[in-house]
Order: sequence, then structure tokens, then C-alpha cells
Amino acid sequence: MSSLSPPVKKLWWNEPIHKSELLWISLVFVWGLVMTFMMPYWHVVGKQNLGTETYKTTPADFQQATQAFVDKFTVRNEGPRNHPVVAPPAGGDVYMLGRLWDWWPIVQLKKGETYRFHLSSLDWQHGFSLQPANINIQVVPNYEHVFSLTPTEAGEYSVICNEYCGIGHHLMIGKILVVE
Amino acid sequence: MVNTTQMLNKVFRTCPDTGLTFHGPAENLIKANAVAAVVFLLVGGIFGLLVGLTRWQAVHLLGAEDFYMVLTAHGLNVLIFWMIFFEIAVLYFCSSVLLGCRIATPRWAWAGFVLMVVGAIMNNVVVLQGNASVMMTSYAPMEAPPLFYLSLILFAVGALIGCFVFFGTLVVAKNDRTYEGSLPLVTFGAMTAAIIAVFTIVSGAIILIPTFLWSVGIVGEIDALAYRLIWWAFGHSSQQINVAAHVSVWYAIAAILFGARPLSEKVSRTAFLMYILFLQIASAHHLLVDPGVSSNFKMFNTSYAMYLAVMASMVHGLTVPGSIEAAQRAKGHRAGLFTWLRKAPWGNPTFSGMFISLVGFGFLGGITGVVMGAEQINLLIHNTLYVPGHFHATVVVGSTLAFMALTYWLVPVLFRREIIFKGLARWQPYLFGLGMSGVSLFLMGAGTLGVPRRHWDIGFAGTGGITHEFPAAAYTMLALNGMSVIVAVIGGAAFCVIIVGSLLFGRKLGDQKMDVPWIAAPVTEEEYNANGGSAFAIPGTVVLAMIFFISFALYYFINWKYLAETWGIS
Ligand code: HEM
Ligand SMILES: [Cu+2]
Ligand SMILES: [Cu+2]
Repeated sequence: MSSLSPPVKKLWWNEPIHKSELLWISLVFVWGLVMTFMMPYWHVVGKQNLGTETYKTTPADFQQATQAFVDKFTVRNEGPRNHPVVAPPAGGDVYMLGRLWDWWPIVQLKKGETYRFHLSSLDWQHGFSLQPANINIQVVPNYEHVFSLTPTEAGEYSVICNEYCGIGHHLMIGKILVVE
Repeated sequence: MVNTTQMLNKVFRTCPDTGLTFHGPAENLIKANAVAAVVFLLVGGIFGLLVGLTRWQAVHLLGAEDFYMVLTAHGLNVLIFWMIFFEIAVLYFCSSVLLGCRIATPRWAWAGFVLMVVGAIMNNVVVLQGNASVMMTSYAPMEAPPLFYLSLILFAVGALIGCFVFFGTLVVAKNDRTYEGSLPLVTFGAMTAAIIAVFTIVSGAIILIPTFLWSVGIVGEIDALAYRLIWWAFGHSSQQINVAAHVSVWYAIAAILFGARPLSEKVSRTAFLMYILFLQIASAHHLLVDPGVSSNFKMFNTSYAMYLAVMASMVHGLTVPGSIEAAQRAKGHRAGLFTWLRKAPWGNPTFSGMFISLVGFGFLGGITGVVMGAEQINLLIHNTLYVPGHFHATVVVGSTLAFMALTYWLVPVLFRREIIFKGLARWQPYLFGLGMSGVSLFLMGAGTLGVPRRHWDIGFAGTGGITHEFPAAAYTMLALNGMSVIVAVIGGAAFCVIIVGSLLFGRKLGDQKMDVPWIAAPVTEEEYNANGGSAFAIPGTVVLAMIFFISFALYYFINWKYLAETWGIS
């Protein structure tokens, strides 16, 4: 009788388990505990734990908040889309909005300082993919996601949309500048 | 009327090669579903080729609009239509054929089949008209025409009917006493797949019906986050169907080729049950970087405090090759660690396909899936090409190749035709398996470098000058991926040609037995017990399992190290 037929022993649940199986099951079980433990452990010792503070918002409200942020801290305009470059004080709030097919505004940060980011979308879902730091966050309309970011190196970073958002998805790119 | 139905239900034949009993209506249903499956694989595979060649930046075959349309069609045809048609065929086989009973309500089964065909064709028509390029996830508030959602609903209703026909057939077998004791392991595995399928389809209904009503203007607004949560309850558990189904197919092939039975029924069955219990109802690992979802929710639901669904797969990963090793040892291949494996029929596509599926699913698909499912590591790869890299290892190298392997065995049994192009068939699993492993590895490589998925142009030519320079290695990865795509597509096309060709032109077998034995005699108690039962010590498999474990652990911690190098985030 093979696996295609009913079990040979009618009382199969009473059969002993083989040694190699027991060994493997124990190992796998312990490994599962280790992996489970790693996540809370990283919350304690790790520096990369995405914050989950979230508020309901609306496209209009979020746009207004972002506009206020831009009005307050813009230092210049720049780039092919002539976007404002906004330099908030160290430790301050940063607003960035995703819309079809643009990230707005350009943000300028200081290396080693921590900022409170506010992220939302004015229309569809988008993906905030910060390259080459390789930090990837889902952006969902009507939800304002608040978390802290601490740049570790100076340079020009791109924010690439990595959630498909229609025919112009590949045009959706923005910038974050990090200065010493 | 009753009489004719009863008579129809009595059409049985016994397969001269396998001794299995086929109920006529069941046999026709299995054939129809399997053929439909292969047709959609062919269509979807062509779309896959176009997608792969477009992402190869130096080739960049399609324009943006076509690319997004074709990518939408690719995902739906292969992931939904090919897989589910084939799985319905597997369900009918595992119930009616393995239990030797009539299939319950064949008319309902045909109604389900028709609904699925109509849904699948309608979906392709809607998508190929060009204004439903929303990807298979169709994330609200992005909107597709109502017929897009309706076509998926029709397909799902058809599949649901198929599941209930399967359950009905189990009841028929029980009432008619066509088997004694418990269900065969393979049928039991199929049953877990069907149970998960019911849960999946119900979740699908909960999300697709309101979305359909929204698209026709009856429902005012769809919350994007709620959509994601429920859509993935559907999308994730449907992957668990695929796993349960292809693990059942692995056990079936081990039994067919080696006469193997599980090392312990208890362990293998419990592992299947764990798929049902821990299928991650909240589908949290798709929401690890979403707003509005707490860390505790994410950590608990991805792991259930001890990664129980993962544990189940790892157990099968040991017991499937372990059962082959035990059977081989019992039959005399006892020398050394790996004689049992060397003596396996590597030229038989049913075996090579199954074994590549097993190894690829474990090493490429399994490890990467668990790693990126760790809450914080997900930050590094969410929505990059790493994700399609991972699931081409699970659902293509894993499920699809396992289904292909089984098909080589099924065609002569069901259609009584010999497989044509045997020489090509020998190589097909290697071409497809290795090509697809390449696709999977190189997509993951590109993803590790940050390349986004579902993206037409990482050169950003159309942005008017705002660009990002991906490292040259990313472009190399995409080129290597393009080349692997070609190899995989040759392998996939070979499969379709061999199977369709065999159905049309294969030598007719009729009641004649084939020259080669088509099913192994089950290993007997005496054979297993010879040598003091030493067959059940499976040192070769244990060594393979340890290699797997070490690779897993290394790769897992390397990724934490990568994570530690990026910006601080909290
Ligand atoms: C025949 C060979 C195949 C090739 C060459 C191929 C290639 C690809 C490529 C290059 C992508 C694009 C990734 C991106 O740009 O985001 C993709 C996406 C995908 N593939 Fe395949 N694939 C093949 C077969 C399959 C099969 C058999 C399945 C499922 C059983 C599958 C499921 C998917 C899914 C679900 C997606 C994601 C679509 C989306 O993002 O919505 N593929 N494939
Ligand atoms: Cu976007
Ligand atoms: Cu996008």
C-alpha cells in the first residue's frame, strides 16, 4: 500500500514516529521559535523598525498640510519639474505626498538627524521606495503614515514609486537630498 | 431520467497499466479541466515571455501601455487560470479515481467548468481591450471596468462548485464503501487544499463583490487599506492551496514511481492539517510595511509565535524525499548515503520534474519567502523584483513543475495515448526548471538592488530629466533574467507541444498495456521490515535537510545584517 491507498495500519495515529522525523521536527520547531524571537528582539536592539503611527486623513487635508510645510521651509526651487526644495529643521516634521505621477516636494535633510515623516497619497496607492538606501513603504490614500527616518549618509536619494499606479507609474520619481 | 443518470454513473473502466478505476464522467471532467489548464498556461507563458523581454532594458520589447496590459494578463492567466483548472483536475482525480467511486453530481461539475471557462475567457477579453490594466491585485481605488471583477467572480463560483463536487465525491466513496479505513494520504492532502480553497473563495467574494458593486456605482467608496487586508486573505490563502496541492502531487509521484508510502502517516497528515490551521488568515506578511497595522499584529500573524505553516512545509520537505529514500532502500538500494537518489529515474520527466520542484520550492522559494516575511526585513524588499523572484520559485518551479511532472504520467493513463517526443520530454523539466530557477534568482538579484516590480523603465527616460541610476549590476541582472526567460519559455513551450501533440498524435494505447511499467508496486511490509527496518533510517535525506537548514539560517541572518546597514527608521 502506498500513499495512493488508505494507510496500511488502520490505527495509524498510534504508530511511533521515526527518529529522523522527530529530530527534524524538533529542529524546525526550535528554529521557528528563534525566528519568532528575532522580530521583537530587533524592536529592542535594532535601528530599523518601521513606525506604525497612522491617522485617517483626506487628500484635501493632506495636501493642505504638505502645502503648509512647503510654504514654511522652502529654500529654493529645482529640477525639471521645478519642485520646491524644502529643508525642515533637524528633528522636525516632513510631509511628502504621492500623486499620479509625482512625489512632492523635494526634501533636504541633514545626515545623522532624525525626522518625523508624514506620508500619504492624493489618489491611488503608491510605493515609497527610497534608493539606494532600499527602504520600501506602502502608501495608501486616506491614511497618513507617520514614522521617523535617520539618514546615515549624505547624497542624492531617489524616491521611486514601486506600487503600480497606472500608465505613468514609471514616471513617478522624486528626490530626497541629504547634506552633511 | 433517474435511470439514465444511474446508468451513466455506472460507466467504469479499469486502466490496464495502473489498475486504477475510472468513472467515465469523472474521467471526462479531469480531461477537460487539465486541457483548459494547459491552454491557459500556454497563453500566460507567451505573455510572460513578452514581459521578461521588456524588462530586459536593452531589448525593451513592448511599449509601456502594452507592458502593463500584458503583465496583468500574465498574472491572471498563469496564477489563477492555469493553476486552478489544474487543481480542479487534481481534486477529481484524488477523489473519484483514487477512491474508485463515481463522481458526485457530474452535471454540477460541468456547470462549474463552464463558468470557469466563461470567466477566464471574459477576463482575457476585458484585459486585452486595454482599459483593465490594473494587475491581478486591482488595488482600489484604481478601477477596472465592471466586467473585469465579474469575470473573476464567475470563475471563482465555478471553482467553488468544483470544490463541493470533490467533497460530495468523498461522501459518495464513504457511503458506497469503495475504500476501507482512512483516506489515502494523497486524497487527504487534496482535501486540505479544497478546504483552504473554500476559505479562499469566500474571502475573494467578500472583496470582489463589493468592488464590483463599487465599479458599477452602487457602493460609494472602497477603503484602500481594508481592500488590501481582505484581498490578501484571498490572495495569500490561494497560495496555500497551491502548496497543499503540489505537496499532494509530490506524495503521489513518490507513490507512483517508487511505491512509496509516508514515513509516518501521523506526521504527514498533521503537517497538512497545519496548513489549514495556520494559513495566516490575516495575510499579514503582505502588509508588513503598510500604515495602520500594528507591529504586534504583524509579528504575531506572520509567525503565529512559532512559524507553524512554515514548519509544516519543512516537514513535508523531509518526509517526501524521505519516503522515496525509504522505498528505495527497502527495494535494495541500501549502499551509502545517496545510492537511492542516484538510482532514481532521472530520465523520466515525472521524476526529474518532481525532484526539481521539491528542491527549487524549498531552497529558492521557501527560504526567501520566510526571510522576507520577517517584519523588519520586509522593508528591504517590499514591492521590489525580489517578490516576483520569490514566487516564481514557489508557484512556478514548485507548483507548476510538479503539475507538469504529473501530467506526463496522466496523459497515457487518461487519454490512452503514448507521450510523443520522448527525447524532448526527458529534457523538458531541466530546461523549464533551470530556466525558471534563473528567472527567480535574477529577479531576486535585481530586487536586492532595489529594482521595482511591475515597472516599465528603470532608466526613467520619460521623466524629463529626473532619473535614478541603478547600479550596472541591476541591468546585468535584468539581462540575465531575460536570457533565463527564454530558456524557461522554451521549456514551457516544449511541455505544451509534447502534451497537446500527444493528445492529438500519440500512439493510441486502447486496452493494450504499455511496454514499460507505469506504476510501481507498493513496497511491501516485508520489504520495509527487512534488515531490521533499517530502510526507515534515511541518512541521505537527513544530510540534504541539514544542508537546507544551514543555507536557510545563513541567509536569514545575512539579511538582518543588510538591514542593519540602511537608514535608521522607527
Ligand atoms: C513561462 C514562463 C514565465 C515567464 C517567462 C515569467 C516571467 C515573469 C516576469 C518577467 C514577470 C514580471 C515581473 C515584474 O515586472 O513585476 C512575471 C510576473 C508574474 N508571474 Fe510570471 N513568468 C512565467 C510563468 C509564470 C507562471 C507559470 C506563473 C504562475 C503559476 C507566474 C506568475 C506570475 C505572477 C503572479 C506575476 C506577477 C504579476 C503582477 O505583478 O501582477 N509566472 N512573470
Ligand atoms: Cu505611484
Ligand atoms: Cu507607481
